[in-house]
Amino acid sequence: MNSTTINPRGTSPKMPLRRWIKRITSNYVVRMMARAIFTVWFVTSLIFFLVRLMPSNPIEVYINELIVQYSLTYAEARDQAASLFAIDLDAPLWKQYTDYMVQLAHGNLGNSLRSPGTSVWQIIVAFLPWTLFSVGLGLIISFVLGVFIGMLLAYKRQALWEPAVSGTASMLSSIPNYLIGIVLVVYLGVQWKLVPIHKMRGSHSPGMQPAFTWAFIMDIFFHAALPILTYVLSTIGSWILSMKSSTIGTLGEDYVTVARARGLSEGRITTAYVGRNAMLPLITQLLISIGFVVGGSILIENIFVYQGIGYRLLSALSTRDYPLMQGIFLIITISVVVSNLVADFIYGWFDPRVRIAGGER
Amino acid sequence: MTTSLELMPKAGIRYWPGRLIRGVGRFLKLMSRNKTGFVGFLIFIGFVLLTTVGTWFVPPATSADISAIYAPPSWKHPLGTDSQGKDIFAQIVHGGRDILQMALLTGIISTFIGVALGSLSALIGGGFDAFLTMLADIWLTIPRFPLLAVLATLVKLDNMLFLALLLSVLSWAGLYRSIRAQVFSIKERDYIEAATALDLGMWHIIFSEVLPNMLSYIAISFTFGMTSAIYAQVGLVFLGLVPLTRNWGVMINLAWTQGAIFFKDSVYFIMAPVMAIALFQLSIVWMSRSLEEIFNPRLRTG
Repeated sequence: MNSTTINPRGTSPKMPLRRWIKRITSNYVVRMMARAIFTVWFVTSLIFFLVRLMPSNPIEVYINELIVQYSLTYAEARDQAASLFAIDLDAPLWKQYTDYMVQLAHGNLGNSLRSPGTSVWQIIVAFLPWTLFSVGLGLIISFVLGVFIGMLLAYKRQALWEPAVSGTASMLSSIPNYLIGIVLVVYLGVQWKLVPIHKMRGSHSPGMQPAFTWAFIMDIFFHAALPILTYVLSTIGSWILSMKSSTIGTLGEDYVTVARARGLSEGRITTAYVGRNAMLPLITQLLISIGFVVGGSILIENIFVYQGIGYRLLSALSTRDYPLMQGIFLIITISVVVSNLVADFIYGWFDPRVRIAGGER
Repeated sequence: MTTSLELMPKAGIRYWPGRLIRGVGRFLKLMSRNKTGFVGFLIFIGFVLLTTVGTWFVPPATSADISAIYAPPSWKHPLGTDSQGKDIFAQIVHGGRDILQMALLTGIISTFIGVALGSLSALIGGGFDAFLTMLADIWLTIPRFPLLAVLATLVKLDNMLFLALLLSVLSWAGLYRSIRAQVFSIKERDYIEAATALDLGMWHIIFSEVLPNMLSYIAISFTFGMTSAIYAQVGLVFLGLVPLTRNWGVMINLAWTQGAIFFKDSVYFIMAPVMAIALFQLSIVWMSRSLEEIFNPRLRTG
């Protein structure tokens, strides 16, 4: 026993190390995490260099603005700009870049240009939860409903109402989401006056204090109702159609026939055999759509004047508040990357093949 | 077989109008196999005619008419008038060309990028393929529309060709993935092996051996490129980030900011461009079904 642990120095200490490295690099979780971190770094760098290398360099624009507005000298304006952007303008570009990255790693996103004294981080913390809430709830409702309706359509292919539902689904899936939002405002709010559109603006009523009370929760849902409805309507069509075709494909599989032959109850076959397998390809779609819907929130939130991150991004863009813009874009990217990561793990949980053969794929 | 081959050049030169008509007829017959696809195709052609030929017959709505603000539809104004008394129908006719050209241009460029990178990646393989695949995976997680919005504040996006190029570059990853997967499956077939053995060259293999066998995928990716271009362009214009001459997106923006949220009367002003864009998008999606069937005969039924 003892002789195996005390090895002569030579080849053996290397072997476990290499095996450890291989085990770490081929690990599904580690690979996914590494890719997520790399993506965030890539996007951050992309935006950093885009902002600085563009012909209309926003820092120079801001310096000129200060000179004109407050009649400062160039040096004063430059100092002020440098402190606001939290960078050293005299340093070479690579130094600015590493400084920016170090600041980011410490969680420092700089200060807003247009609301002085407010850090970008504070603004993001105030606006991001509303977007995550409305987009997340909208996607979950639409996914669950869509999967259910899609399976129903696959089982009732002969029904007379089937083409009508499929047709509506294909129409909804090909109309841009902001047009659906506009139609909702124009018809529900203005033409038919079914909902008080002006009262529904904002993420919650003015003066309402965030608290875990019934009134506050009702208020949140009242204000988020139309954005959520838009997210549901604009994504449900593709869930219905994909689930329908996926279920039809699964119904013809041998294991479903075998399950029937074994005399399993139809309910168990539908949920555990057909449903679970038919949903697999949809989960990959779900992770791609998260990014698309979060990105689309800039349009939807401006239609409903819903104060989420997309709404704030547009106002940062139109007032040329670059640090804020950069920070919000980074946060949107991170939330998309994280939700993709979560979706990847869920996918691994649903489909064990991914977990086991992760390194080989 | 041999006789028809000998006859072809002569007949081709002498009777080319006849052959053209016959070709168009065959195309229409194939298109009409799928009813939804054919309806989409007809609507699409209708839009193309409306925004090209239509502009010769309908004078542009330039003069404001204060006596006819928010007029309901009539013979004189088929879709009513806007907040300045201008004819909405004329604005629809003249405001579509921009969007159609943009969509076609983006469709062509993005399909080209996707096909070129996808087939190169699958045929070369190795490190090149691994690198591009990784880049595509990352690219797909970048929120595209916010990036476009950010870019719109840094560069002036008023040049149509530049905007089309930008949209294509931003959306290369999705197309690349599907084309690459397709080429991978085609690559293993015998005729590609034969062409490789004959040393026919990479570009010959891509364009004469691989491409014709995945035309249905290319048709789909082309229509997809068009719809996402329309989504992005109209979205940017609606947010007021891209300055463009009067088109459907600008109409929505104007109608929205000038009172669609307050006045009941402005319903035609806002709904006309909304319906035009929605219908145009639908027609492209529907048309893609027919195209898919034409290029992929296995899908044809009956």
